[in-house]
Amino acid sequence: MDAILLQILNGLDKGSAYALIALGLTLIFGTLGVVNFAHGALFMIGAFCAVSLQRLLSLSFETVDPTRTDFLGNPLKVKTPYIESWFGPETGAAIIDWSVPLAILFSIPIMLLVGFIMERGLIKHFYKRPHADQILVTFGLAIVLQELVKHWFGANPIQTGAPEAFKGSFDFGVLLGFDPNLIIYPYWRMVYFGFAAVIVAAVFAFLQFTTFGMVVRAGMADRETVGLLGINIDKRFTIMFGLAAAVAGLAGVMYAPINSPNYHMGMDFLVLSFVVVVVGGMGSLPGAVLAGFMLGILESFASMNWIKSMIPGIDQIIIYLVAIAILLTRPRGLMGRKGVMED
Amino acid sequence: MSNSNFTRRGVLKSGAVAGAGVALPTIFTASSAAAYTNEPMGSSVTLGFNVPQSGPYADEGADELRAYQLAVEHLNGEGDGGMMNTFSSKALQGNGILGKKVEYVTGDTQTKSDAARASAKSMIEKDGAVMITGGSSSGVAIAVQGLCQEAGVIFMAGLTHSNDTTGKDKKANGFRHFFNAYMSGAALAPVLAARYGSDRKAYHLTADYTWGWTQEESIVASTEALGWETVNTVKTPLAATDFSSYITPVLQTDADVLVLNHYGGNMVNSLTNAVQFGLREKQVNGRNFEIVVPLFSRLMARGAGENIKGILGSTNWHWSLTDEGSQAFVKSFGTKYGFPPSQAAHTVYCQTLLYADACERAGTFNPCGVVEALEGFEFDGLGNGKTTYRADDHQCFKDVLVVRGKENPTSEFDLLEVVEVTPVEQVTYDPNHPMFAGGNLGACNEGA
Repeated sequence: MDAILLQILNGLDKGSAYALIALGLTLIFGTLGVVNFAHGALFMIGAFCAVSLQRLLSLSFETVDPTRTDFLGNPLKVKTPYIESWFGPETGAAIIDWSVPLAILFSIPIMLLVGFIMERGLIKHFYKRPHADQILVTFGLAIVLQELVKHWFGANPIQTGAPEAFKGSFDFGVLLGFDPNLIIYPYWRMVYFGFAAVIVAAVFAFLQFTTFGMVVRAGMADRETVGLLGINIDKRFTIMFGLAAAVAGLAGVMYAPINSPNYHMGMDFLVLSFVVVVVGGMGSLPGAVLAGFMLGILESFASMNWIKSMIPGIDQIIIYLVAIAILLTRPRGLMGRKGVMED
Repeated sequence: MSNSNFTRRGVLKSGAVAGAGVALPTIFTASSAAAYTNEPMGSSVTLGFNVPQSGPYADEGADELRAYQLAVEHLNGEGDGGMMNTFSSKALQGNGILGKKVEYVTGDTQTKSDAARASAKSMIEKDGAVMITGGSSSGVAIAVQGLCQEAGVIFMAGLTHSNDTTGKDKKANGFRHFFNAYMSGAALAPVLAARYGSDRKAYHLTADYTWGWTQEESIVASTEALGWETVNTVKTPLAATDFSSYITPVLQTDADVLVLNHYGGNMVNSLTNAVQFGLREKQVNGRNFEIVVPLFSRLMARGAGENIKGILGSTNWHWSLTDEGSQAFVKSFGTKYGFPPSQAAHTVYCQTLLYADACERAGTFNPCGVVEALEGFEFDGLGNGKTTYRADDHQCFKDVLVVRGKENPTSEFDLLEVVEVTPVEQVTYDPNHPMFAGGNLGACNEGA
């Protein structure tokens, strides 16, 4: 029982990341009809926004400490962050410590701008082209973006820690009457799950309760009719692309303390997120969220030792097996609109 | 008005005849004039540096390339000479190798066996490389070593830690300076038993490929020999990024040690996840839960940040060593590049010098002459104390470092501290040891 509870908890944070990326993917597909293989790269750029802000806040000046030497035997140059000299050591250190939450604010304008440039500069030229062309160009773009990040930040993962206040883990086992240390869950992963829930709720509320959202939903249902009513739906869809980029970026920012960002992390999530979109139903926002959490939890279960001992390698293929089963029995996905992917 | 007699067919025919004419002398020199593959005929000799310039180990590859460039400078008599000044063999004169200026070409292994073989093949066939060296992965090293054996060139392995490289996949044309998984186990286990007790229960997470398997086998054998029990060994996919679902089952067992047979990004992520799930604060039967990373790399330890503090592992070499050779190399490398070299940089620098020295002592670039000069070669002054290239398997035998993540680093490079220098006798094994059985060195191949 304790193992099952632990795997459900494990699946939640993985599912949160899948859900947030898949939400943006399906939003772009639903509004613009574009299959965006560069969406994983947006998640990666978000994580590197956190890395960049941490580095910006840690920019330092050097003072020579004659009492100590460096690896060459020269007097040691001690680095002190500017921010600590401006605000005092304690406040400065606290600001650096909170760089990941602060990166949420830092990343939003950056991701909106990246999304806007991506859509206006490249993707809009492929609206009327076949999906194969869209996949090729966006996949190429993803590779270019990840190589740029690797050139700038290197190939190795870069540790980007959560604030000190969120380090450590919570003992759920004790709360539920189990022995201590049996069901523990890191605080930051709980924060990530909560953050994902807030973002998903905000996107839904935006689409459901604002005039802008209503027009977008109408455009998703019947773009031509909305256009005939004199509404510039293209402009709104471009904004939605920026919004989807921001959602992926925010997912990346908050994911940075869970796994140290590296240039390849977008690709690692991209394929799985596409499977999530297909299982949830192309263009279905609730479907993406539901499938994200469902597949995240399933993946966690599949990596339990006793399951792997019965079916070796199941943890690597479970998501794809589910996708095959769904596509065979319900091609439009769990919550997809009738007709989509069924012709 | 002019008449042209050019036709498409005519141009093709002329081109084919001209091409054959141009190729004819090359075919002759390659097949009959040369005594061995890529025998250097001019005033220079070309070495092939095959390192990961892209992919997950690109940072290690970049550091290897820096060390290779430094070695070439030193061989050609430029710079301060580095470890050539401390090397016990004095055959190298700083005038290239056998009087020929050293030049080099580079290839990108991408940390993929097929890409590494393709780039090595290209360097041998197109660039005339007489020796191939490099790599940051055992899978790649084994693949390229096999290719070099077939092609008749020497392969001086870079960072490869799998027992198989000089075990079941050993080749007469291949040589490894780096230590191996067995040596890590033999060096690390006594330190683990002394610090953590001899009645521990270990849970292994292992990268699912040749290096991971041999390291797990080595650590399990060496720790069980000292009284530890192995609770479970779980293989993790090389492509895994989130290890939480592999870490959490550890909580359900009575294990009190987690051994991470992971390298590179895998190590960074699995260690980070283990710390996140509170394993370092966990108590089992009144004792601290411990994490062990048998193969440490400073470049990758940087990615794990504070999480490596206090964690024990082993390494081939570390820049903080105070022997004359290490100091000379650190000074030379640090002055040129502004930061200390990694263990990957050290091992490839040594391999380049060892190859050049063997050519000088043999008086030829002929691979069979080089093999003869390296087999059983005893040397000192390259940073690891007295070292022997064993003739039976072409594995270097030298002291091994047991290291620990430093609690109070003074700089971004000061991440590991040497806990113990394990003497070579303790890590030496029989050439027919079961972990290395099944291979055959075979005869050297000079190609041509």
